[in-house]
Amino acid sequence: MNAWQRLRAVAWKEITQLRRDRLTLGMIIGIPLMQMILFGYAINFDVRGLRAVVVDEANTAASRDYVASLAATQVVAMPLAVVSGAAADAALRTGAASVAIIIPRDFDRRIQETTRTAAQIIVDGAEPSIQSVVSVLAVMPVRTRHGDAVNSARRVEVRTYYNPERRTAVQIVPALIGVILSITMVIFTAGAIVRERERGNLELLIATPVGRAELLTGKFLPYVAIGLLQTTIVLLVGRWLFNVPIVGSVLQLYVAALLFIAATLSLGLLVSTYAQTQFQAFQLAFLTMLPSILLSGFMFPFDGMPRFAQWLAELVPLTHFNILVRGIVVRGADLAELAPQLLKLSAFTLLMFTIALLRFRKRLD
Amino acid sequence: MSSAASAAIVARGLTRRFGPRIAVDHVNLEVPSGFIYGFLGPNGSGKSTMLRMLCGLLRPSEGQAIVLGVDAAKEPEQVRRRLGYMTQKFSLWDDLTVRENLRFMGSIFGLRPAPLQSRIEELLAEYWLLDRADQRAGTMSGGQRQRLALAAATIHRPELLLLDEPTSAVDPQSRRDFWDRLFALANHGTTILVSSHYMDEAERCHRLAILADGRLVAEGTPQDLTADIAADVLRLDCDPGVELRARIAGIPGVLGVAQIGAQLRIICARDGGRCRAVLQDILRESGNLSVLEPIRANLEDVFVVATHSKP
Repeated sequence: MNAWQRLRAVAWKEITQLRRDRLTLGMIIGIPLMQMILFGYAINFDVRGLRAVVVDEANTAASRDYVASLAATQVVAMPLAVVSGAAADAALRTGAASVAIIIPRDFDRRIQETTRTAAQIIVDGAEPSIQSVVSVLAVMPVRTRHGDAVNSARRVEVRTYYNPERRTAVQIVPALIGVILSITMVIFTAGAIVRERERGNLELLIATPVGRAELLTGKFLPYVAIGLLQTTIVLLVGRWLFNVPIVGSVLQLYVAALLFIAATLSLGLLVSTYAQTQFQAFQLAFLTMLPSILLSGFMFPFDGMPRFAQWLAELVPLTHFNILVRGIVVRGADLAELAPQLLKLSAFTLLMFTIALLRFRKRLD
Repeated sequence: MSSAASAAIVARGLTRRFGPRIAVDHVNLEVPSGFIYGFLGPNGSGKSTMLRMLCGLLRPSEGQAIVLGVDAAKEPEQVRRRLGYMTQKFSLWDDLTVRENLRFMGSIFGLRPAPLQSRIEELLAEYWLLDRADQRAGTMSGGQRQRLALAAATIHRPELLLLDEPTSAVDPQSRRDFWDRLFALANHGTTILVSSHYMDEAERCHRLAILADGRLVAEGTPQDLTADIAADVLRLDCDPGVELRARIAGIPGVLGVAQIGAQLRIICARDGGRCRAVLQDILRESGNLSVLEPIRANLEDVFVVATHSKP
């Protein structure tokens, strides 16, 4: 009861101080708006090793040969053996694969006919730069039974799922939620504790009976609300300015955002236990931001990164949130299908908050 | 043990090192309940470090501090609930109003909303802050902020107040008002430990500890300390000029020379009159006919002697 009252007092104080801090208030609204406009453009890069699933209904020498020649390009990698079309759909929806190669039962006959497409390559339109890469695959020659190569310009059809108009805004805007939250959330919480230290309030504060967990949670909660507000701003601007609809459930999107906000805020709290001044806190916050943005798949597809970078990217909450947000907003995926990402974000939050709590001491030594 | 039971603070061999530097050096001390107890010492003498150890903000390197019957290093939260702490620098929140600062501190100390509300009104009246209630703390004068800090430190009616140089940034009138508040609190049974480097404040304390370089060099009531001083204090009724003053200060056994207006205050060691004889000779030599008159020692003299006797 007392603990709850103290936690509320800390949160109330934080909100009151925040209301009077015009610069921070401006950042809460200004950063999302500015970033939305700045990042509203696409950046495309050549990519290799995109995860692909193959649905080979023909399963003939020609079809296997065709799949092998696609694999030889190294643009796609095919670690996943998939038989049914439904399984391929699921793989795309959850982000397990970004390309699906569909070879119909009558593939051998189709390659002889010039009027029909022989095969289909399905591309995930949620992520940037995959689109253009896969287009290359479509013009690859398809060899016939007799061994002569037929140019497949019209033989293989490329279809972009989820983003048929191939609009970059659809790829960029959902991921911007995470990027913007990564920038603001870490800075806000990192500053929240350090500000008390820097302005000389901390000594008095830790000489009171306020508990460590009460203090950190009280500092944490107001920014959860601010994070959700920023999420809303990005979604609304995305809707109005870039016409990006939310295909999946809005409620589920907010649940995902909540988990991601908690993860970045915990990271910010941890940063604040290392920094002595707000300037140091900002530097450390920026240090966490750069890998977030570069490794998370926001700019470069996860699949195209070297193995080591992929390992690092697994440690970045934004990587998992990008999978969640693209799944829900663009592909209409259900949260239940994205449970691994939810679990990883929760584990990250728990770990960071615990370390921050253990590191924060109510002592001056 | 009986004295320890009625003591608000008992320090035994309390020591704190910061790397190779000793900030507090094996201090033994008892602060009786209900007293206003002063820590007197220059900057860097270990006063703040002592206070921080007493409220559990710093862990002692050696020894222990029993505060209100509890070991401050082992059970800091138990101690913190029952004491009020005023840091040397104003540590409440500049961007909160007077009322908001009090409400926050009250909530943190577990006061329920209704009693807290009436307690805040009571404190606002008691500390002449009613007309400032909705002003932000950062825009107030030094004296007003210091009244607010004391009001906040006492909001939960603590048994013990630790005040770290509370009057260092305020004018003399505010200091007098502040001390009136301290006596009112002490009359209601609050034990007050106050550090200061002002002699006039030290004289108001019921009991004093003089700290120098982290060591406790003298302890007692101001009256006893001045009466028991191990030196003679002499007054020379003339303005001696810089040169003579320097010569006097250089006499072996002269512990301190202070000029007060057109008088010189000289502290001589009790070395069987040798120091005094040399002083007389120098005065005669320089043709100075002024009288050397023994006078009563004050706390400043005690302080000078106490800090001088240690190398």
